[in-house]
Amino acid sequence: MHELAIIEGVLDAVTERLPDAKISCVRLEIGALSGVVADSLQFCFELATEGTSLQGASLEITQTPGRCRCRTCGSEFEPAGQILLCSCGSADADVLSGQELKIASVKVA
Amino acid sequence: MCATCGCSGSARLRLVTVGDTAETLAEQQHDHGHDHDHDHDELGHEHDHSDDRTVILQQKVLAKNDAIADRNRSWLRRRGVLAVNLMSSPGAGKTTLLERTAREQGDQLAISVIEGDQETALDASRISAAGCKVVQINTGVGCHLDAAMVAEALHALDPPAGSVVVIENVGNLVCPALFDLGEAARIVLASVTEGADKPVKYPHMFRRADLVLVTKTDLLPYVEFDVGRHAADVKQLSPGAQMLQLSATTGDGMQEWYDWLRHSLPGQPD
Repeated sequence: MHELAIIEGVLDAVTERLPDAKISCVRLEIGALSGVVADSLQFCFELATEGTSLQGASLEITQTPGRCRCRTCGSEFEPAGQILLCSCGSADADVLSGQELKIASVKVA
Repeated sequence: MCATCGCSGSARLRLVTVGDTAETLAEQQHDHGHDHDHDHDELGHEHDHSDDRTVILQQKVLAKNDAIADRNRSWLRRRGVLAVNLMSSPGAGKTTLLERTAREQGDQLAISVIEGDQETALDASRISAAGCKVVQINTGVGCHLDAAMVAEALHALDPPAGSVVVIENVGNLVCPALFDLGEAARIVLASVTEGADKPVKYPHMFRRADLVLVTKTDLLPYVEFDVGRHAADVKQLSPGAQMLQLSATTGDGMQEWYDWLRHSLPGQPD
């Protein structure tokens, strides 16, 4: 359940940047290859924000697609799952994007 | 509820050394000082959320952990210490591997160990009995170590130059994959009793592995474990990863593991 630690990272970052603000919404960008499950984040968010300046805030998650470049044939592709399988049959690929775990913005009430 | 460990508030992160009857070297109390919320009625500013102001942050969620991990890494490099992050499911043989390594190499290779478990100092006692300096981190209900815990443990261990620090992570093939601790190499153990399908089931863990150790090979005659299939799956997920097979019970393949450790040691510090 590392999603709890992820939410703690969000809480720390937001309260450090905006210590006195009452937050009404947090927007996260979660890459498809980040290893984090959006539903679990939602589940943890409410529990973890209780008693903080983020209590009652909504959590909006945008999932960004994975993007890879095959080291064997050079083509760029979006992997279907967590295994970076190119249509040429090789799984030797560089991840170009999709591993992000980012706080995009917050709404301050 | 604490977001670090999911505890209900009173639990603590415990870091203990063996030999000092569960002496607590450091305690990180989960007191988050919840004094920053406010009551709308009391402050008299009921508001309509349509007027809310958007603040762009564009900040990495794990920035704090990654910054501490970078500090750990430079500290280790300056000291000329090799730190490896040992990860696997529970019961794959991490502690048994370290016990044998400590017994057989202890006089030639200075090895110290950071043990991560949710509870107990059982593993630390085993490692200590094998002759290693060890610090146990108990994470409570936490499912992985993070860079700040390792920073504290490194401070307590004070590893000498030219030595090896093995960080035995909490047994878990999911969560530890995400947290950089400042290690030089990530090692994943896969025991033959677990079945050969673990790499494809837990690709995040295996994708970033530098070394995959297939353990308990003495049990291969008794279990269905397709060594070739396992190796092919690891190769597909992590083409750069090295692979070794060993049995810490019979000693088969242990020399190659010791050679890997020696080969990975950094040069002496400036």
